[in-house]
Amino acid sequence: MIDAHGRPQSVLVLGGGSEIGLAALRAFGPAALRRVVLAGRPGLGLDSAVDTLSAEGFSGVVAAELDVADVPTHEAFVDAAFDEGDIDVVLLVAGVLGDQAEFESDPDAAVAAAQVNYVGSMSLALHVARRLKLQAHGVLVVVSSVAGERARRSNFVYGSTKAAIDSVGLGLVEVLRGTGARALVVRPGFVRTRMTSHLPEAPLAVDPDDVGRAIVDGVVHGKELVYAPPLMRPVMSVLRHLPRPVFRRLGI
Amino acid sequence: MPDTVLSGWGRTAPSRADVVRVGSTDDVTSALTSAGPRGVLARGLGRSYGDAAQNAGGTVLDLSGLDRIDVGSDGVVRAGSGAVLADVIAALEPHGLFVPVSPGTSRVTLGGAVAADVHGKNHHRDGSFGDHLVELEVVLPDGSVRRLGPGSQGDDLAHFRAVVGGMGLTGVVTEVVLRAMPVPSQSVLVDTRRLGSLDAVMDRMASTDDEYRYSVAWIDATAAGAALGRGVVTQGDHAPAGASGDVAAPPRVALPIAPPVGVINRWTVRAFNEAWFRKAPSSRDAELQGVRQFFHPLDGVGAWNRAYGPRGLVQHQCAVPDSEAGVIERLLRLFRDSGAPSFLSVLKRFGPGNDCPLSFPRAGWTLAVDLPGSTPDLARILDRADELVLGAGGRTYLAKDSRIAPEALRAMYPRLPEWLEVRERVDPRRVLVSDLSRRLSL
Repeated sequence: MIDAHGRPQSVLVLGGGSEIGLAALRAFGPAALRRVVLAGRPGLGLDSAVDTLSAEGFSGVVAAELDVADVPTHEAFVDAAFDEGDIDVVLLVAGVLGDQAEFESDPDAAVAAAQVNYVGSMSLALHVARRLKLQAHGVLVVVSSVAGERARRSNFVYGSTKAAIDSVGLGLVEVLRGTGARALVVRPGFVRTRMTSHLPEAPLAVDPDDVGRAIVDGVVHGKELVYAPPLMRPVMSVLRHLPRPVFRRLGI
Repeated sequence: MPDTVLSGWGRTAPSRADVVRVGSTDDVTSALTSAGPRGVLARGLGRSYGDAAQNAGGTVLDLSGLDRIDVGSDGVVRAGSGAVLADVIAALEPHGLFVPVSPGTSRVTLGGAVAADVHGKNHHRDGSFGDHLVELEVVLPDGSVRRLGPGSQGDDLAHFRAVVGGMGLTGVVTEVVLRAMPVPSQSVLVDTRRLGSLDAVMDRMASTDDEYRYSVAWIDATAAGAALGRGVVTQGDHAPAGASGDVAAPPRVALPIAPPVGVINRWTVRAFNEAWFRKAPSSRDAELQGVRQFFHPLDGVGAWNRAYGPRGLVQHQCAVPDSEAGVIERLLRLFRDSGAPSFLSVLKRFGPGNDCPLSFPRAGWTLAVDLPGSTPDLARILDRADELVLGAGGRTYLAKDSRIAPEALRAMYPRLPEWLEVRERVDPRRVLVSDLSRRLSL
């Protein structure tokens, strides 16, 4: 159960190797946590993440095999995770960035990215929401991206997948209202991770820890949508409304 | 079945349940035997502060229909577990009787009073609610109905003791039979002392509690320097026959809505506590107070918990043995120095505890503080407080709890295994569940 301070006892991370997922767990802290399931594809840093967390004092940390792109396995996976015990917080942090130029020359690669970032993530989110409704408590955290708020020339394929999963997240905010459970959408800006290390840093870049803290803040305060950094909210609001010729000239 | 989002009085961690109104013991039996996978829990008036009276995704029984109250000529009261303490007090008045134990609010049900084994200002003399029970009617998860009491034998006696203080997890109480207390009048003669330091407050209570049936201290947990813990000790006993009846009832007001931001913060709490201390007489003897004024002053303010805003309030109540009385001061320093403002802080001496494994009171001191849920770093501050309490061989009160971990519970209640044994015997399938039982792995 989530306690009076908003601290969960059990967390399921979908995309268990994700640096943002680990940062969120650290921001919650090990004090109340008793069960942490890191779900992802074996070999993607999953085992080292288990070791790292255990060494940092987290108890009950386990890895579970999950292929986000393999939709037919999702129902059984989510049911098994919930059947083992109530889950207080589910972090949906699976995602691939990909390469825009490659997407344009190889549309199959774009479809594969969409299969993880959107189709598979949506499938997991819907299954989780179904179980959270029955459980009548708990929070589903969907991590999308500001890249989905206005698609840019330089990464519109990635942006479109994030726009899609963002809509799913906001939809589930409505679905879960009044059920005892709830959903939270988190929109980070540029995050300095392994996934982005080869890219030039964008303005208002943040670290995974900043996103982790934003996630915890949203869970603890019962928010429906948070940005990391918070300043991204007004910035994106402006960018979203810029006329296309002006937006184009920004060269982003 | 209506879906309802339920929370405790602290409004901190709500969850949803199907609330089912039951009107008879048979209704309870059928609700228990047809329980779904998320189980069943009885709820009274929801005055426990944390998650004790919630059952996420399951069924919550509303027993307010079981409100019959019969007062026997022998001073024994038979009442439905949904009967409200305020109504019991009113029913007893014409008979020259009073409830043997009254907590700080009369807005609790008898079933809730049993489940939390509540205590009042007379604990040092009269013990807790469970100590005055004659018998309980309890429905078990298998649908069977038992009558259990302090005179039961063997397993039934162990079961009775596991129901008292058992937080509703060892059977659904449907009828409560208790012995009322004959009183010369329904008013209380109160002696008040305003004392400038915690030491003076504790000295006064330790040396004079024996002379009074009722004794409690309000203390200022926000005062700077050596004034920390200064307070107002009120002690009293029922006034002799002929004393005028209930002094004018306090006005009833209520907070109609929850403000978007709590109005209780460091500054308002400090100002309130300063004013409260100054308005108290430095010394006054034999002031006549009505029952409501003396026992239930906050009942005049409906839904006062809403003043804490959306983050709610976290109450922390601990008990420590006499030999560790110094922990009280360390707790107060911790709260003050870490910026945790307690609006209402209450200190009292407990008499000996009873034989119920999860009953909270034990001989020594008990301190209760109300802290806004929005207090920065509150989780860490209270973790530290619990360490101090545990280090002193003390415990915290489950009816107030919304935050401790299963390991802490085991350390605080060394007789928990006895209680778990009964739970395993009467409810092996865990039909009776609450958010508290989930959190504490019971």
